[in-house]
Amino acid sequence: MTDRELKLKAVHLRRKTLEAIFAAGAGHTGGSLSCLDILNVLYNRVLNVSPETFSSPNRDRYVQSKGHSVEALYAVLADRGFFPESELKTICHYKSHLVGHPTRHIPGIEMNTGALGHGLPISIGMALAGKMDSLPYRVFTLLGDGELAEGSNWEAAMAAAHYGLDNLTAIIDHNTLQITGRTRDVCSNEPLDEKFRAFGWAVKTANGHNFAELTAVLSKPAATGKPTCVIANTVKGRGVSFMEDVAKWHHGVPSEAELKQALSELDAAEAKLKEAA
Amino acid sequence: MSAPAPSMFTPAAKAMAEKLGLKMGRANLDEFAATLLELAKASPNIIAVTSDSRGSGKLGPFGQALPKQLVEVGIAEQNLVGITAGLAACGKKSFGVSPACFLTARSLEQIKNDVCYSDVPATLVGISSGVSYGALGSTHHSLHDLAALRAINNISIIVPADNFEAREAICAAAKSKKPVYVRFGKAATFGLHKPGTRFEIGKAIQLRDGNDVAFIATGETVVHALLAAGQLAERGLNCRVLSMHTVKPLDAAAILKAGRECRAVVTAEEHSVHGGLGEACAALLLQAGVSVPFRIIGIPDEETVTGAQADIFRHYGISMEDLSETALKLLK
Repeated sequence: MTDRELKLKAVHLRRKTLEAIFAAGAGHTGGSLSCLDILNVLYNRVLNVSPETFSSPNRDRYVQSKGHSVEALYAVLADRGFFPESELKTICHYKSHLVGHPTRHIPGIEMNTGALGHGLPISIGMALAGKMDSLPYRVFTLLGDGELAEGSNWEAAMAAAHYGLDNLTAIIDHNTLQITGRTRDVCSNEPLDEKFRAFGWAVKTANGHNFAELTAVLSKPAATGKPTCVIANTVKGRGVSFMEDVAKWHHGVPSEAELKQALSELDAAEAKLKEAA
Repeated sequence: MSAPAPSMFTPAAKAMAEKLGLKMGRANLDEFAATLLELAKASPNIIAVTSDSRGSGKLGPFGQALPKQLVEVGIAEQNLVGITAGLAACGKKSFGVSPACFLTARSLEQIKNDVCYSDVPATLVGISSGVSYGALGSTHHSLHDLAALRAINNISIIVPADNFEAREAICAAAKSKKPVYVRFGKAATFGLHKPGTRFEIGKAIQLRDGNDVAFIATGETVVHALLAAGQLAERGLNCRVLSMHTVKPLDAAAILKAGRECRAVVTAEEHSVHGGLGEACAALLLQAGVSVPFRIIGIPDEETVTGAQADIFRHYGISMEDLSETALKLLK
């Protein structure tokens, strides 16, 4: 898929994400928009997974540790054909199988997540199993930067390096905001790159909204014998002017007027992309 | 040097055990380790995960014989459970092994979400459970684990009473496609079962029949109930003894039958009286409209007395003599 196609898809996915959150009356808007381009690259360029191959033992595994950004994941999975896009509007509804955090009820989702600090240990188990069986798959997990305050991540960071899991890539959605405000003000965890390096990881940094940069760092492990950490610098609420880099949009739900404005901004972005072609 | 461990059994209890033909076996911990090693030798898919607990879990020989089937994560129980779940999600039959006190408290969220909610075929093995660590204090006791895990959907909870049950529980867990928790102690246990006894998750094993008092016990308290039944028989009372090795799913039929047929019910467990086997039985009986003199024996809601496992058992009435006494009072 070309960069231009990915860009157009990103607009579509943002639209679907916002519409789904509006229909649900709940959701994590800011974080969904910050990680959406990462998911777009993963599912359309990097992961060897599809609805047809999802039960293959050789498939790449993706575990969304920051489970609250599930709306973006649902939008991407629906777009990839794991389930009908029309179901996105049932997120969080009574008896919907689209729960407000990832569950294995949804084809394409590997593990139930949502409590923070769980994805990395689980991914280590998956990566170890792959090594034990000499299977070629890679394991990816997406963590929030605020999530790194959970101590279990650092237990896992030690173990991943100890076992030299070069089939494991942890992506940090580094949007620098959490529900209370700036992560550096809440409880600073910087510098992340030095911390992961000190724990024995190979660290790469990328613009988390640049498809070429993301593709470059995600397409292959950064080193042999070490797990890869990709620090993806992102903007919370990316793609909607009034949501960008504003903490209150962590789980803010747009009003009808705000949704309309957001969608018109996305329409304009789409028109611009098409014009440039 | 610690004080020599006091005996779990009085001379009278030892005499009763002999009279009943009970033979002392080894610790369930040893039985577990031997069973898992045997199973893992036959199936390379079985993986043990330890948190610096291979010594406490008697898995040293396992690590030496099958180093590729043992994952050591260091003192990091949350990571232990997450990794155990990840292995299981990728087709491994993983056993996360750690002291029950840490495994089920520090990693409770990982058990709830990564194992039970995600529904992976992982087994969690709580070693040195209950008050096995005795005088080390409440940090090292697991008197909450049955209550905590009973309240979590999608996990079987097994508390073997002797070597037979321990072996069968590990074999059943190895075959299970669902989450399982098995917890046991590190003291040698009497063998309680006749050859040919059948073990099934969720089915109590009746060790003795009778309609005067029903003892419904689990884990290392079962032997004391059996001895009490022997003692009461000498006074002309016929007591039923159920080894309720599976605390969840509960064998409702066996409990209701006991409640309906017996004049009194005494439950016993190496666990808080809150939320364990006793309260599970009480809720079941009451909701079925079965009213019977009933008593829960376990560790009361107080700072647990200091002492070895045997001291603590005796202090709280988990002994042949005290269980007999409890039963007699209920019949009055």
